[in-house]
Amino acid sequence: MLGMSANSVSYNEQGSVESGVDAAQENSSIPGSFSSGGAAFSLFSADCKKNEDLKEMLESNKESLKLEAMKRIVGLIAKGKNASELFPAVVKNVASKNIELKKLVYVYLVRYAEEQQDLALLSISTFQRALKDPNQLIRASALRVLSSIRVPIIVPIMMLAIKEAATDLSPYVRKTAAHAIQKLYSLDPDQKEHLIEVIEKLLKDKSTLVAGSVVMAFEEVCPDRIDLIHKNYRKLCNLLVDVEEWGQVVIIHMLTRYARTQFVSPWREDAMFDENNEKAFYDSEEERKVEQTKPYIMDPDHRLLLRNTKPLLQSRNTAVVMAVSQLYWHLAPKHELSIITKSLVRLLRSHREVQYVVLQNIATMSIQRKGMFEPFMKSFYVRSTDATHIKTLKLEILTNLANEANISTILREFQTYVKSQDKAFAAATIQAIGRCATNISEVTDTCLNGLVLLLSNRDETVVAESVVVIKKLLQTQPSQHSDIIKHMAKLFDNITVPMARASILWLMGEYCEHVPKIAPDVLRKMAKTFTNEEDIVKLQIVNLAAKLYLTNSKQTKLLTQYILNLGKYDQNYDIRDRTRFIRQLIVPNEKSGALSKYARRILMAPKPAPVLQSAFKDRDRFQLGTLSHTLNSQASGYLELSDWPAVAPDQSVRNVEVVEPVKEAGAPALRKSKTAKSNEKFYSDSEEEEEEEEEGSSSEGSSSSSSEESVSESESEENSDDSNKSSSSQSEKSSSESDSEKKKKTLKNKKLQQQKPDSKDRKQKNGNAVKVESRSESESGSESSSSESSSESGSELDSDSDSGTDQKKNTKPKPVQSKPFIKQVEKKEVSLLDLDDFSPVPVTTPKSSILSPNLLSDLQGLLISPTTSALQASSPVFVPETSHELLHRMTGKGLSAQYRFTRQPCIYGNSMVSLQLTLSNSSDQALENIHISEKSSTGQNIHRFNAIERLEPQASVTVSMGVDFNDSTQAANFQLCTKEDEFSVSIQPAVGELLLPITMSEADFTKEQGKLMGMNESSATITMTPENVSSQSVNRKVVSVANIGVIPSSQENIYRFAGKTVSSGSLVLVSVALKDPDAVITINTEKTVIGSMLLRQFKTALTNSCP
Amino acid sequence: MPVLDITLKDNALIMIHSLFLINNAGDLFLEKHWKSVISRSVCDYFFEAREKAVEPDNVPPVIRTPHHYLINIYREKIFFVSVIQTEVPPLFVIEFLHRVAETFQDYFGECSESTIKDNVVIVYELLEEMLDNGFPLATESNILKELIRPPTILRSMVNTITGSSNVGETLPTGQLSTIPWRRAGVKYTNNEAYFDVVEEIDAILDKSGTTVFAEIQGVIDACVKLSGMPDLTLSFMNPRLLDDVSFHPCVRYKRWESERVISFVPPDGNFQLMSYHISAQNLVAIPVYVKQNISFFETGSSGRLDITVGPKQTMGKTVEGLVVTVHMPKVVLSANLNATQGTYNYDPVTKILVWDIGKLNPQKLPNLKGSLSLQSGAPKPEENPSLNIDLKIQQLAISGLKVNRLDMYGEKYKPFKGVKYVTKAGKFQVRT
Repeated sequence: MLGMSANSVSYNEQGSVESGVDAAQENSSIPGSFSSGGAAFSLFSADCKKNEDLKEMLESNKESLKLEAMKRIVGLIAKGKNASELFPAVVKNVASKNIELKKLVYVYLVRYAEEQQDLALLSISTFQRALKDPNQLIRASALRVLSSIRVPIIVPIMMLAIKEAATDLSPYVRKTAAHAIQKLYSLDPDQKEHLIEVIEKLLKDKSTLVAGSVVMAFEEVCPDRIDLIHKNYRKLCNLLVDVEEWGQVVIIHMLTRYARTQFVSPWREDAMFDENNEKAFYDSEEERKVEQTKPYIMDPDHRLLLRNTKPLLQSRNTAVVMAVSQLYWHLAPKHELSIITKSLVRLLRSHREVQYVVLQNIATMSIQRKGMFEPFMKSFYVRSTDATHIKTLKLEILTNLANEANISTILREFQTYVKSQDKAFAAATIQAIGRCATNISEVTDTCLNGLVLLLSNRDETVVAESVVVIKKLLQTQPSQHSDIIKHMAKLFDNITVPMARASILWLMGEYCEHVPKIAPDVLRKMAKTFTNEEDIVKLQIVNLAAKLYLTNSKQTKLLTQYILNLGKYDQNYDIRDRTRFIRQLIVPNEKSGALSKYARRILMAPKPAPVLQSAFKDRDRFQLGTLSHTLNSQASGYLELSDWPAVAPDQSVRNVEVVEPVKEAGAPALRKSKTAKSNEKFYSDSEEEEEEEEEGSSSEGSSSSSSEESVSESESEENSDDSNKSSSSQSEKSSSESDSEKKKKTLKNKKLQQQKPDSKDRKQKNGNAVKVESRSESESGSESSSSESSSESGSELDSDSDSGTDQKKNTKPKPVQSKPFIKQVEKKEVSLLDLDDFSPVPVTTPKSSILSPNLLSDLQGLLISPTTSALQASSPVFVPETSHELLHRMTGKGLSAQYRFTRQPCIYGNSMVSLQLTLSNSSDQALENIHISEKSSTGQNIHRFNAIERLEPQASVTVSMGVDFNDSTQAANFQLCTKEDEFSVSIQPAVGELLLPITMSEADFTKEQGKLMGMNESSATITMTPENVSSQSVNRKVVSVANIGVIPSSQENIYRFAGKTVSSGSLVLVSVALKDPDAVITINTEKTVIGSMLLRQFKTALTNSCP
Repeated sequence: MPVLDITLKDNALIMIHSLFLINNAGDLFLEKHWKSVISRSVCDYFFEAREKAVEPDNVPPVIRTPHHYLINIYREKIFFVSVIQTEVPPLFVIEFLHRVAETFQDYFGECSESTIKDNVVIVYELLEEMLDNGFPLATESNILKELIRPPTILRSMVNTITGSSNVGETLPTGQLSTIPWRRAGVKYTNNEAYFDVVEEIDAILDKSGTTVFAEIQGVIDACVKLSGMPDLTLSFMNPRLLDDVSFHPCVRYKRWESERVISFVPPDGNFQLMSYHISAQNLVAIPVYVKQNISFFETGSSGRLDITVGPKQTMGKTVEGLVVTVHMPKVVLSANLNATQGTYNYDPVTKILVWDIGKLNPQKLPNLKGSLSLQSGAPKPEENPSLNIDLKIQQLAISGLKVNRLDMYGEKYKPFKGVKYVTKAGKFQVRT
């Protein structure tokens, strides 16, 4: 020890006596001080001895000794022991060549630098040197440590280092820089502005490695600078799948907040629909109609986010799954929510802690949307081995899910729980039963009886809880239950839990008129035991006495006096107070004469029944998945989720420079059209550009997952670079476009053509149709301007639909062949037209109901898919006549039902498949009130037909309905009811019925097909039977299998068809290439499941010889 | 003091501030801070909650203290208590803590207090790499193993002799590539890939033996030791069975969506490729039935127990490792039983009766029968205890899932491939 430098000795002494900081400061003022050494050492000899040899080891020349010493020091730190006195000895080794030694020194430095600032500065130059090291790992780790040393004096150095690292070639170093931003910010918030600059730069980074970290930094430093996100929004969405899992969580949470400020609510859709469907139709005012029926159209960017986060529901990281779930909860249209259910339920298999958090979130969700979790009810059944808080949460959810249909199952399950050995849980179950009983009036009596049975349970907590719950229940309907009150009075002697006793007494008092004989007797007993009761029981005794005094003073006057006297001298001042108060109130005397007149009204006032509701009722004020939600109180740093804006902010900030439709909602269309026209003309270019970019990069992303990763990254980088450039130049000025190379220009033109219908579609939604010069031939049919008359568009409609040769005009409700481009058409005329054309199907429902559907379909049918709005829906080429049996007359007791797919866009909802239902009565008496029951069991959204009041024997009626199959072939189950009976029926859609036909040019088809390559493509080779080879038969077979449109083809042996899925509007492209005798069927669609199912059906259809 | 100033300002958003490891006895044996030091007295709030909860499982995972939030997990008899200062998704922290525990397990073979204490330096190095400024940095075990080599007996001996280190000298290649889970330049002389399809049946059967609830939770564990950058495709005979799946990040979601095949560049070594869920909607085969009769008498402080287990839907395979566990009511003092097969053991402290049967012989069904003696004077238990069943069936995936084939692209050699199936009981409970 004597061989050591003076400096270090003095540190050591001081350090062991006082805190490390003081040592450092003192030392700088008295360098080389030897004072007071001995005393300190002798006091702390044991500890210091150990540290002494550590110091020696650190000073030695042997690497191994140094390493050993550092290892021991780390051990000390881990145990929470103070090792700060070794700082000088350790810091010398910061430049060691041995990487492990160096790392351990770093660990030490980061831990103690704050306390030994001056000495820590000695190490800085080492890090500065290392920042320039050719090895990226060394650069990164130097930056990590440098930024972790919390010494204010080096802030400028850190700032410089961060700025440099942010432009480093290595993404790993840039990632470290992003982390360092947060550290610097917490050290010196004054650097905020500079740091924001760096964040802005890093946000543009295209590496998946950086994305998560920089968003993290953004969230910490400047979460309010939402404007920085705009330009990077799409990139982040597209990168998301490839970002590491932790980054995904952070990005998803940030994007949730972002989306809530930028997009309009998708939720009003449902509400608007129900309200407006009928109203709008009868409404003759043009303007109002335009405003009201203008359905919600999701911003494509909004859709992009939902689409790109969806696959992450399959992540193994529970935090990611939860993050996506909360994103869907807060952002997705309500009907799309169901996709998160399965994943959340899956998380319940995970660790106990995960279960806890997930169940809490499910509990909140299940209050608002029972339907989401109802099919998974059994997953919430409690096991005896679950932890108590897990059990209670499951119970909570089961209670939330209870409804008339499943209550018996749930109550049966609860019966098991009530018997649980875990008494706290049993008590919670009783409360749950109470809640079910109040919420579902059908079972109130059953529950009450059950609870009364529990009163004879041996366990005290169970009995007590039952009493409390019964009390609450009785309050809702007291008159009928004097038996129960009597029963409870009988049990009273055996119940010892104060709360239960108090509850019974309260019941006695409150309903003393129902039990006039028993109540005074109970009071008599209580008078005897008053002094031994708990306080809350005493209060209720006083209450009971007062109430009885008022209703039955003859019998109870003396008892009351006695009890009031006892209360007067009670030890508890609450009871003394209450007694005094009650006495003044009920016993008339000179002073309080006025009040006692009202005593009865005061004490016996009818009391509202307590509302038994979920503890999670108002949890949804917090964003799901957050700490605040779990704690049910705002945690520090919680960022409020803003409400949807009423009007979406300018979308163009994300480079989409198109006028937001919502903004002009309700404005008189024609007046505005002029200005809008010019605007749109200008914007449309860049919008397409942008769209293109988005498409490009997303398809790039998808290909990256199929092909070699490393290659695809660089590719996509290049690609988006390119498009970025072009789009920015676009938005600056359209003239700059001409400067760009010819090649580019032609490319752009192509895009232009391709995208035109899209922009047009939007314009029409605005009520402003615009002529657009360059467009492809196939779209000529859609070149109608707003001023064009409806009759003209009607004829267009005809000419358009003649592509389907097999069309059976007389059976098909023509008008439903929707035309997207005639938004402005006057409804009246169209509807007349429709009526003329309408097929004479046997329909007995009032005309208006036929009319309205068709009409509305004209108005709305075509706004179906915002995502693939480049395409226009067309009329079905072929409508199969075949109908399927829904209900046989034998099972239906005379009522039979058949359904067929009309292949028309559904009038009831954009995402519904429309169906025609024919109901016949084959019995010999009239059937009344035929309707579909309110509840649909499988969770599909079903639009029911209006109830048929009366169906005469042998008569039949045809009605239409809509079902949202959500692009799956899962059957829709529902109840078909008559006045007397209920029949469970189900509709199983063939995959081909989940589609709607669209038209597009051949060029567009090829283009779209190009975007849907790779895993979105499924194909098969089949051998055609000779009679199938003709174009006629191929067409016929294909369109009979699926509701898709025929695309004109210039090649002889290739047939093309296009459609989109009803629910999500995803493109489905089918091509059949004949190569005698083989044929290759290719299907391109994002909905790969649908794709493969379709393929199978086509295969069978085309190989079977008979149609 | 400047230090104080800093700590006062220091309330900016940081995900995980500190980590404390606490054993079951309540000893705090390791602490790690990623920013300024938080006094370990913050754990007093945890201890309070721990005491209140009685059972370690009942400790609430999220605890609020006046200035911090404590998020904890309980694993392998260790509490991992993390200190949080600001809003953060709780699952984020919970998932991370579990990942830490898994990493320890991966490195040291088990995650226990003694192994952590023995390897405290590696633990510290790992924690340093896994979290930077409270934000997860490298959690992928393959990358970590390149940065910090796991201890082996041989290496630690060599290290002490030569003074060489267990910290990687080279840059982890994975961190920088787009395939962060795989390191470059993997080489094996024997190239092999093994997949274990493990299915667990979660079920609740009621008194009469009818299924209240049953579902299958499956995982496919993989052990892939292949050189270079193999690109594998695993396909199933009946992929439609799989209702809900989650994947290791290496799996290409889109391929699964479109073709129902699992396409991936595997990590090196052991990993869980996917997990899946076959829900209650499908019919789940229940391999055994249990006939039981447990009754407690009103008088005489005694009870009777009679349990018989027999095969139900075993698809012709043998049920092995059959164990019946009963959590007896508190009043049961002892059990005097007779087992026709296997051994039974009743622990009067934990009140757990374990009957280890072993292989199920369909010809001679195992039976456990006898009397239970209760605490005299105590009322008879309200509820009969439920039975937890454990079992194992080799060479069978109870859902019927079958791997069709495994194809490898990107590399020339011929790998050895193997698939194993096993079915186990998960949370399999029989109510009585």
